[in-house]
Amino acid sequence: MKIVVCIKQVPDTKGGVQFNPDGTLNRAAMLTIMNPDDKAGLEAALRIKDETGAEVTVVTMGLPKAADVLREAMAMGADKGVLITDRVLGGADTWATSTTIAGALRGMEYDLIITGRQAIDGDTAQVGPQIAEHLNLPVISYAQDIKVEGDSVVVKRQYEDGYHMLKVQMPCLITALSELNEPRYMTPGGIFDACDAEITTLGRADLIDVDDSNIGLMGSPTKIARASDKVRKGAGEKFVPDSADEAAKIIVDALKTKHII
Amino acid sequence: MGAMNAEELAKYKGVYVFAQQVDNKLSGIAFELVGEGTRLAEKLGTEVTAVLIGSDVAGLADELAEYGADKVIVVDDPELKNYRTEPYAHALASVINEYKPEIMLVGATAIGRDLGPTVSARVKTGLTADCTLLEIGDFPVTPIPGKEQKKNQLLMTRPAFGGNTIATIACPDNRPQMATVRPGVMQKLERQPGRKAEVINYNPGFTPDHKYVEILEISKAVSNIKDIMDAKILVSGGRGVGSAENFKMLEELADAIGGQISCSRAAVEAYGMAPELQVGQTGKTVRPNVYFAIGISGAIQHVAGMEESDIIIAINRDEDAPIFDVADYGIVGDLNKIVPKLTEEIKAAIAAK
Repeated sequence: MKIVVCIKQVPDTKGGVQFNPDGTLNRAAMLTIMNPDDKAGLEAALRIKDETGAEVTVVTMGLPKAADVLREAMAMGADKGVLITDRVLGGADTWATSTTIAGALRGMEYDLIITGRQAIDGDTAQVGPQIAEHLNLPVISYAQDIKVEGDSVVVKRQYEDGYHMLKVQMPCLITALSELNEPRYMTPGGIFDACDAEITTLGRADLIDVDDSNIGLMGSPTKIARASDKVRKGAGEKFVPDSADEAAKIIVDALKTKHII
Repeated sequence: MGAMNAEELAKYKGVYVFAQQVDNKLSGIAFELVGEGTRLAEKLGTEVTAVLIGSDVAGLADELAEYGADKVIVVDDPELKNYRTEPYAHALASVINEYKPEIMLVGATAIGRDLGPTVSARVKTGLTADCTLLEIGDFPVTPIPGKEQKKNQLLMTRPAFGGNTIATIACPDNRPQMATVRPGVMQKLERQPGRKAEVINYNPGFTPDHKYVEILEISKAVSNIKDIMDAKILVSGGRGVGSAENFKMLEELADAIGGQISCSRAAVEAYGMAPELQVGQTGKTVRPNVYFAIGISGAIQHVAGMEESDIIIAINRDEDAPIFDVADYGIVGDLNKIVPKLTEEIKAAIAAK
């Protein structure tokens, strides 16, 4: 069995974010991590590998330094890494990103594709289902649990008010929630091996059945009209009361002033 | 994506909203989108059409009409009984291809965030996720010499990068302009009993194939928890509360002031609080009259879900906690001592009235 996990190197949004003059994200200027939902997806794939001996390939799209996130995944236990990188692919929205990744996947073997539900930089949750659509695969989003049963996958699909247990035949695409599991750590041996492991690099010319009009900034139907730091309303008053009595009085007075009580 | 020419773009008219229903009951987001769709349609001088997809759902059309829908397109088929990506995506994509709306809004729910991307890829247009503000305006916003400035575009504003920034997105060269919209942000209209809409039945035909997944089991969390999005006063707890047991203290405060409890993601993870009580980027967006943030540090992802509250009162031991940057009243101190005292004082103040 062959599993492909799509992972993304994302800016750690706990730090600040920076923009290029054209409104796109200045990824080069920020600290990065493996996107949490993707990491849970990778862990799910590695658990299937532990049970069945499946081969796990990790794929990412980004700047050349995104190879780091592939090495991290390989140090956790992934067998192969594929980096899709090319200047003409930059500035892609979810449509152009999904057409690009689908174009790379057409040249690879897979029974199961796992992506994270969403990345913490964009929070769109769009790329997974869109890849499935381009590849004409069934998709199950928001997976809380993934089990392989013969040539099918049984997935616990989360909703706001409960879940559905869904069964689908492979090949298929599943998007993983970070709640899915607790990802394993890299092993020292894994880190050692991953440093030297060969990473396959794909460029524009390696994408299969992808038209120029569907890649990069130019191939993105959504355009940024404005981007800005969020304007927050700002802090009000801060009190450091000497006692709980005083604290309670401050709050009760405020609630009275505002006619809440 | 190849740009549509002016003639092609002009074929797309009207504002359409996906009227989500679950178990043949319309979701709150359906009414919110009809309300927002009405507002946008007025600016464009057009109508709002609700797209109702399900099995035996025709009876829900009147309710959509009473909340403002001018037309309701009903796709009714036994295959559509429960949500599954494929038959629903086929239904909505077929409606778009047949009726050509210029705007298509979908709720940013666990259903809409799966349906939206699938449909946008199928009908080959852009999709902007989790919008919190929709406007009609020009693109580019400021004219650029030598570049056409398109009028009457949908400008879609959304938080990005974990709520650190906001971005406004347009989809100037393709139709429909699609957005998913965060629940709880847009306003529904007042119900007008007896208001009618034109109802159109449309069935593109459903033939199960490899993309139709099988539903083995449906499990609903049995819950008598009231929706925190409807609460006027929320008493919200975070990791600093210390334990699930300690949430009783917050419940007592909520009872005293006539509010409801909610929590941060940390409290869901650490103390097993119900996920439907979670406020924030991956939880719900709330805007109550009063929001108590108790033992909540105020991570940007949490703040994104509650900063529109009228009055924010924070209690936290750490005086550098970022929650104090958004709080109207920030109290630095031990919540274990302050909360019970506050409950007592509120009870006394109410009793004295």
